[in-house]
Amino acid sequence: MAQQWDSPQMVKGTGVRWSAFVIYGLLLFFAAIYVLPLVVMLLTSLKPLPEIYSGSIIALPQEWTVKPWIDAWGQTCVGLSCRGIKGYFWNSTKMTVAAVIISTAIGMLNGYVLTKWRFRGADLLFGLILFGCFIPFQIVLIPMATLLGKLGIASSTPGLVLVHVVYGLAFTTLYFRNYYVAFPDELIRAAMIDGAKFFSIFFRILVPNSAPIVVVTVIWQFTNIWNDFLFGASFSTGESAPMTVALNNVVNTSTGEREYNVHMAAAVIAALPTLLVYIVGGRYFVRGLMTGSVKG
Amino acid sequence: MDSSTGPAPATWSAADRWLQRSLPKLVLSPTLVVSLVFVYGFILWTAYLSFTPSKGYPIHELVGFLQYVRVWNHPRWQVAIHNLAIFGMLYIVLCMALGLLLAILLDQRIRQEGTLRAIYLYPLALSFIVTGTAWKWMLNPGLGIEKLVQGWGFQNFKFDWIVSEEMAIYCVVMAGVWQATGFVMAMFLAGLRGIDQDLIKAASLDGASLPKIYWRIVIPQLRPVFMGALIILAHLAIKSYELVVALTGGGPGYATELPSTFMYAHTFTRNQLGMGAASAVMMLLTIVAIMVPYLYSEMRAAGKRSH
Amino acid sequence: MASLELLNIRKRYGELDILKGIDISVDAGEFLVLVGPSGCGKSTLLNMIAGLDTVSEGDIRIGGRRVNDLHPSERDIAMVFQSYALYPNMSVKENIAFGMEMRKVPKPEREQAVKEVSKTLQIDHLLDRRPAQLSGGQRQRVAMGRALVRKPRIFLFDEPLSNLDAQLRVDMRTEIKKLHQRLGATIVYVTHDQIEAMTLATRIAVMRAGELLQLGSPAEIYNRPANTFVAGFMGSPRMNLIPGTLKSEAGGLHLEVASEGAAPARVVLPRVPDATRAYLGREITAGLRPEAISDKLDGGSADGRPVIEAVVEVTEPTGPDTLAVLLLGGREITARLRPDSTLKAGELGRFAIDLSKLVWFDPASGARVA
Repeated sequence: MAQQWDSPQMVKGTGVRWSAFVIYGLLLFFAAIYVLPLVVMLLTSLKPLPEIYSGSIIALPQEWTVKPWIDAWGQTCVGLSCRGIKGYFWNSTKMTVAAVIISTAIGMLNGYVLTKWRFRGADLLFGLILFGCFIPFQIVLIPMATLLGKLGIASSTPGLVLVHVVYGLAFTTLYFRNYYVAFPDELIRAAMIDGAKFFSIFFRILVPNSAPIVVVTVIWQFTNIWNDFLFGASFSTGESAPMTVALNNVVNTSTGEREYNVHMAAAVIAALPTLLVYIVGGRYFVRGLMTGSVKG
Repeated sequence: MDSSTGPAPATWSAADRWLQRSLPKLVLSPTLVVSLVFVYGFILWTAYLSFTPSKGYPIHELVGFLQYVRVWNHPRWQVAIHNLAIFGMLYIVLCMALGLLLAILLDQRIRQEGTLRAIYLYPLALSFIVTGTAWKWMLNPGLGIEKLVQGWGFQNFKFDWIVSEEMAIYCVVMAGVWQATGFVMAMFLAGLRGIDQDLIKAASLDGASLPKIYWRIVIPQLRPVFMGALIILAHLAIKSYELVVALTGGGPGYATELPSTFMYAHTFTRNQLGMGAASAVMMLLTIVAIMVPYLYSEMRAAGKRSH
Repeated sequence: MASLELLNIRKRYGELDILKGIDISVDAGEFLVLVGPSGCGKSTLLNMIAGLDTVSEGDIRIGGRRVNDLHPSERDIAMVFQSYALYPNMSVKENIAFGMEMRKVPKPEREQAVKEVSKTLQIDHLLDRRPAQLSGGQRQRVAMGRALVRKPRIFLFDEPLSNLDAQLRVDMRTEIKKLHQRLGATIVYVTHDQIEAMTLATRIAVMRAGELLQLGSPAEIYNRPANTFVAGFMGSPRMNLIPGTLKSEAGGLHLEVASEGAAPARVVLPRVPDATRAYLGREITAGLRPEAISDKLDGGSADGRPVIEAVVEVTEPTGPDTLAVLLLGGREITARLRPDSTLKAGELGRFAIDLSKLVWFDPASGARVA
């Protein structure tokens, strides 16, 4: 059979057929494991409670119902109030959108300054800012709680927005800085000769050519901020809690009968925004992951 | 054409000149200030608190390493450290092994590569809380996987790890590996794709079989990816908080306690600010101990490459 | 008043001296080419003239005005970059008009200017396209259009043809020359290609390692190079630099060329410049371009030109002529022979030397003595 050199698979011609079986078999096996939790969540969320107790987790619903979803959205108890998770979903939305926009905008300007306006110590300053990506956030919880209290924005959405912007800046700066490093300096020089000044260059030349990195950064920030729990649980329990905190509350209530189907519906609702972003912007999601792992 | 035939170029005012020179620094400064205060300042603040006898509110006295001693002697902390070691090692090893395996499999010019990759990666788009909730449900003894397998005829199948003090931590490992393997796989896949095909051709001309090629040639070339993945996984393991909260709540009892849950509990619920601060400082020091040598060697390598 | 004056320009990066004192004066309408090997500092110097890099020491004057502290857009200059630097998100029209926009020139004037310039450069049919849709040559013209529309005092070109393929390079070179002739513009042009330098310049500045080795017209640089580096750098194939000893014997002078393991060769010299007499009996380096060594002997007399015999090592027919590598006293020299030469490798041939093209260099310093 013809050897195709660009495929390691064709290296030693014999036994290709069975090895293809093994490869696909393994891949599908793992794919099943990966999809399983999601499938289970969905199925459980569409069953009435008795079925959950009587059937198995991967059984299809005999009686399809969306009541768990309606309950989760509008009625289930989060802590002491029983008005569903919709309020918290809205909290998360407000918080995430605001924090993403602000941290992305500032990160863009920072990346611009750090790469196109080199001044002495610029690299050192970048390193200083970058350190913020690595710290375990436990180390700032106590001071931040104190500060938010003093500023009067403890347990509020603006407070969370502040926290997420502050700790998102290190990442957004990293992303934009890495992208702009490769942006041709000659374009900036040409613009300077043409008489463009600091902000003109930024808005007329840099920004219009930044679409890919903006998408990557927005996706990354959106995912991280929406999915955050630690900051939400530390600074914003109660009415202004984000979705993740509410979900945890719902799932871990130990009073009364456990409405597993409602829990699962709530979990899926909580996961939907970031999942949708992932499905739509998958390629950029991966790029964001990779940038985060290749520092400097 | 001695004098320019166009309009004379605009000359700038002194104010304009000053502005253009200072703007870069002005623009960067808010972030710098934020970094200084909210990162470095807060670290110092927490560190300071760790040396005070603070309980429900800060007490401004210095008591040396008292809180650190209290933390280390605390049974929950000892369980937490023990768990971190088990969890950390398993998490890292399993993620890397599985990630590498999946990457190698996907590298074989699979037809549905894009779809499969998307499937392995989607868990990363989920909150740890969602992941914990889903796995907690699946691992539910009596209603989850245990019941499923029993339903297939294995009446004596028991899978109640999640409520077992000894085995609960392995449930955390499972859920954690499920979530993070995709990331490691993506890293290895990128690394594999960057390997020079000519090396493989040369090796096969020398008669090497495929597994041998991978073992002797390809994998050694992936050393930087191993390092990068190791660092990131270690980082994630130390920071692990939300996964435990959603999956086991730290339980049963405190069987799945980790330093992060210890810190949170002592800071916010048990009114032991000093101890909470001390545990946070120790978490920071562990991460710094791992990252600094790695970053240093990366900077050196990058410096060498650019010369 | 000169259009551009560079007065003792120095550039330092920490301990490193990039430019070690450059003095050049450019008059209106001149085409100055800065040429030299990579790292010689020519691009740095250009960037300093443009205001994109700072001056460590010295003055830059444009139109008599000291511009060291002025922003690039204040210096009345325009620049064409190696990578064209066209703004990818703007159309050709917007690219050309951008500078005017920044200077707040009213729209009708801008459109008029763009129309004129694009007609001159024959890109008026491309005005609505984006740079990504243009070919290399078209992009280059748009870049030039952007510069032209500023009507600056000085045009700066930073290796603008390096990214083009060979044939296109030749065509664009001619276009640039035509533009210079038509507009009478003052141009400072950086290149590492000595052919571009020779064909375009009214004056050439040869640089190496931050120093200006020679400043002169192409003819001066070519025929009277200041030292062996300039001699070897300019002209292709390079000038033959023949080490030998100047000897006086039997009432006549000759150059003895020798090397290990080969019989010495003698080049009889009917006359030599006075400055070389100091080297009688000593070693000296003779510089002779390949075209000054010819196989046209005009029936044996060669009318007074010294004749040498040498073995042919290699012949390279190029079309317009035949390049031959000869062995003279064991040393390889290149000669430019007639295109229909029938000499073959290994044959012994007779060649005439054009004395008027001979230049002499001091072997130790490399400086030209005559």
